[in-house]
Amino acid sequence: MITYAIYFAFACFGAALLMNLWRILTSDGVGVRVLALDTLVINTIALLILYGLAIGTEIFFEAAMIIAMLGFVSTVAYARFMLRGNIIE
Amino acid sequence: MTAIAEPLIAFFLIVSGIFGFVGSFGLLKLGDPMSRMHAPTKATTLGVGGVLLASILHSVAIEKHLSLHELLITLFLFLTAPITAHFIAKWHIHRHETPQSLPRAGDDVIWATHDTPEQEDGDAA
Repeated sequence: MITYAIYFAFACFGAALLMNLWRILTSDGVGVRVLALDTLVINTIALLILYGLAIGTEIFFEAAMIIAMLGFVSTVAYARFMLRGNIIE
Repeated sequence: MTAIAEPLIAFFLIVSGIFGFVGSFGLLKLGDPMSRMHAPTKATTLGVGGVLLASILHSVAIEKHLSLHELLITLFLFLTAPITAHFIAKWHIHRHETPQSLPRAGDDVIWATHDTPEQEDGDAA
């Protein structure tokens, strides 16, 4: 039962990744692109944890944590750049 | 224990998959940038929270040992998603709106985010 639920969640988050990519490619504003990138990172975290669940290892939690931190920092850097023109003033 | 835990884990996984899908579908479907911000910052965070909850349950009930790494990730995501949304909303206010085009600011004349930079510039000049 868990195996099929994991497959279902894989399919959902995979489709979500594709939709985010489509939004990044076809968006009309840079803010929505940054938002789509941030969503892409969050969906990647979910996929990593699902993969760890599927093959029964815990080694991916550290990777997910690092991706979460890097995603947040990069989104904030993008937002600073869009707002002020530079990142560290 | 496992008889109760397995359907619960499957339930959390399916619900989180649906939430993750809805979050990105909203990003694609909704019209203007501020509506688009609404879907991924809420639904996707909830979706990842569901996956992490399922992972905690899996490690407790099936692998028989408590692991709380997931709580760290959940906490981090729930802290950072509003900050991200705030930054992008602020970008939109400053780039695509004027103080006149925004809704009324309650008791104040304009919103605080439009208020401070001009004053600092005036002092510097």
